Amino acid sequence: MRIRAHPIIDFKKRAELPFYFQKKKLVGEDGDTIASALHATGVRTLTTSLKYESPRGFFCGIGKCSSCLMRVNGVPNVRTCIAPLKEGILVEMQEKLAELPDAEFFGEPKKTIDVDVLIVGAGPAGLCAAIESATQGASVLIVDENQCVGGQLVKQTHKFFGSKQEHAGTRGIDIAKELENDLRRLECEGKIQVMTDATVIGCYENDKKHRFGVVERHEYKSRLYDVRCDAVILACGAMENMLLFPGNDLPGVYGAGAVQTLMNVYGVKPGERVLMVGAGNVGLIVSYQLLQAGIAVDRVVEAAPFIGGYNVHAAKLRRCGVLIQTSHSIKEVCGEKKVEGAVVVRLDENWKPIKDSEEYIKCDTICLAVGLTPSTRLLSQIGVNLEFIPEAGGYVAPHDGAMQTSVKGVYVAGDASGIEEASTAMIEGKIAGLASAILLGRSKNKKLLAQYREELAQLRAGPFGEKPRIAKEKIAKLAEAHHA
Amino acid sequence: MREYEKTGILSTKELQVPSKKQLEKGVAILECVQEIPCNPCVDSCPVHAISMKDINAPPVNDFEKCIGCTKCVGVCPGLAIFVVKVKDDKAWVTLPYEFITVPKVGDSVQALDRTGTVRSKALVKKIVKHGKTMVVTIEVESSLAMDIRNIRV
Repeated sequence: MRIRAHPIIDFKKRAELPFYFQKKKLVGEDGDTIASALHATGVRTLTTSLKYESPRGFFCGIGKCSSCLMRVNGVPNVRTCIAPLKEGILVEMQEKLAELPDAEFFGEPKKTIDVDVLIVGAGPAGLCAAIESATQGASVLIVDENQCVGGQLVKQTHKFFGSKQEHAGTRGIDIAKELENDLRRLECEGKIQVMTDATVIGCYENDKKHRFGVVERHEYKSRLYDVRCDAVILACGAMENMLLFPGNDLPGVYGAGAVQTLMNVYGVKPGERVLMVGAGNVGLIVSYQLLQAGIAVDRVVEAAPFIGGYNVHAAKLRRCGVLIQTSHSIKEVCGEKKVEGAVVVRLDENWKPIKDSEEYIKCDTICLAVGLTPSTRLLSQIGVNLEFIPEAGGYVAPHDGAMQTSVKGVYVAGDASGIEEASTAMIEGKIAGLASAILLGRSKNKKLLAQYREELAQLRAGPFGEKPRIAKEKIAKLAEAHHA
Repeated sequence: MREYEKTGILSTKELQVPSKKQLEKGVAILECVQEIPCNPCVDSCPVHAISMKDINAPPVNDFEKCIGCTKCVGVCPGLAIFVVKVKDDKAWVTLPYEFITVPKVGDSVQALDRTGTVRSKALVKKIVKHGKTMVVTIEVESSLAMDIRNIRV
């Protein structure tokens, strides 16, 4: 199940790490998460549902959902899709509602960190925000839940579109390295603090500054920080959407992005034959990357009557012989305790299934690429005004042209501010980073702010930018109304 | 709605097609017909043959200026540029390739069209690496010059 040969990524053999799953000894590799190590040995069932005890595997693969919770070294509810594998750990499937042990905080008092700007999320938006804000002279703390920075760029093996300023022609994985180099340089200069494997757990009342609780994990134990900042930029990304159909919770039904993480970051095959649901750019790109990893793609089905993603991505798949069926969707997944096949069905002009158009497909993996929802829980807890905007992917925070929300000093950037592309997320990050530095009096460069906004407008000017354009126009109007 | 929006398959009707004379010297066929924000091909062209009105406009190739150098083939993020050269009964198609099975010069491989159908055998004539993208030139029958867009090794 390991991918050893790949046209884009060099998967080197890494040190073996023995561990225990249900008391049985298994072997993973250094750099694995617990879930990727289990997948590599063929274990796809990680937990069971609360009510009916149905088997469950992970869905999102990036620590956003709860379908991979397991007990690790006695600690329940560990998100095994992002928790690193360590030698000799005991991994168990946990009873339904696991009881939490007494919190262990190393017996150390909490530490206080004072900074100008806190950035939540080190994906393309957060990294650009941190680099921009620190370059302008603000002191910055950037926090991310993962082991490494880069967010979802670390699995994007394709070359990016856009212009030179947005790294066009460079693969996402290489953009992540470039941004990390800039980040680490500023870290060495003492301008940025970087905290990975850490979670911003909530905001707390404070008189003058914004105040957040941050938990940094160490070997499945944690350390608590009390972070005070004048501005906060929330670049928490998004989560993949689920689709309703019988069998959608069987192990083997994944978000397309989750599969992309599993194969491109950890070098593990999700299965041998895949049905892709959704022909937007994510569905098309991940399908092609499955082929590159040596995994068969049976076909791509798309409920809409047309392909939503770029034709260049669709054309790459078609010339490899992969069928794309528009006006088709998945009806159900077949299989007892795992995916063994699926039934796809043709839809009429009202998106209703056409009688007797069902077709059975043999496959062991289903990928859902049916859109994303912005991660806004922290914004909600801060008390930022949130509005439902369908074109933005759900609830988002109305923000002004400087990415500032209804609460002074609270900024958003990237998918958390409305679903869009990594290229626009990077510019939004730069805008939020610069604007926060201007707010704190660290910079006066309003000309640069205007330049970034112009770059953003250019990227959204085409027909594929229509949806985010509408979303951002609605957001701007709501922000203005709130301000008035 | 255009047919390719349903199927993903472009036809030559949607493309700029060069004249016989232009094909004889070898030119780049830009199979990028939608307005998407992207322009590395324009920057890559040493003779400024490729242009676009703005970053969202589809690129246009001036076949008179184009020298068929194949630089744009490895640059295009959409893997959507092919250089085609025709002489007598033979054609040389240069295409981007990013799969595990690596071709070698002199290999006989399968030649596929835009639908993924195997149409003939092809001889691998030249391979240039552009980063991780292989830019592969194959030789096929001249009648297939505007159809063959992929290889299977």
